[in-house]
Amino acid sequence: MAIEVRIPTILRTYTDQKKAVEGSGATIDELFKDLDARHAGIRERLVDESGELRRFVNVYLNDEDVRFLGGIATELTDGDSVTILPAVAGGMS
Amino acid sequence: MLTITQDLYDRIVAHARADHPDEACGVVAGPAGSDRPERFVPMLNAARSPTFYEFDSTDLLKLYREMDDRDEEPVVIYHSHTATEAYPSRTDLTYAGEPGAHYVLVSTADTDGEGPFQFRSFRIVDGQVTEEDVTVVPAY
Repeated sequence: MAIEVRIPTILRTYTDQKKAVEGSGATIDELFKDLDARHAGIRERLVDESGELRRFVNVYLNDEDVRFLGGIATELTDGDSVTILPAVAGGMS
Repeated sequence: MLTITQDLYDRIVAHARADHPDEACGVVAGPAGSDRPERFVPMLNAARSPTFYEFDSTDLLKLYREMDDRDEEPVVIYHSHTATEAYPSRTDLTYAGEPGAHYVLVSTADTDGEGPFQFRSFRIVDGQVTEEDVTVVPAY
């Protein structure tokens, strides 16, 4: 099952500077584990110790933020496109 | 060093003032690899807060798709601090995800007796902040 994953600039150190890679998995969680097998270390940048998506990473399934779907358990189907973007956020404290 | 036109500088400051007391935020996109900010893209602060800003996640995806299509990158990422100086906070460092961008901070608080606002620019790479000079030019 092939899923296209679009990688943001800050994580391209894990993908030989590639903007997009292919992965597989029935859920976002499985997909990130699959990616980590070929791009060691990338999962830790996306998922925290408790296994949830990191607060400052946005993950989209096609056009939808997965936080509004099933989060890390969001189901994937062949041909889906997943986009990872760092949140643009901050504040004074 | 950040080199930016007077027009873009004024638009960033005007946005920060207009949204005060909430934090304002946005991007100035430019051709990939050029380091030249050109296209002013004010963003909504989804947090609508005086102490926090966050691009709405749907707007963020739209912005990055648009930049991708136009072969642009976010040359400047700006936001305002409304009660503190124009210096990156710990939160700003945690979130800074564009090592190639100039992080511009505008303060709409008069924190140093130097006048109504400050405009400063920083590089944030791996949580390390480096302030840089800002050169304002009439045109590129």
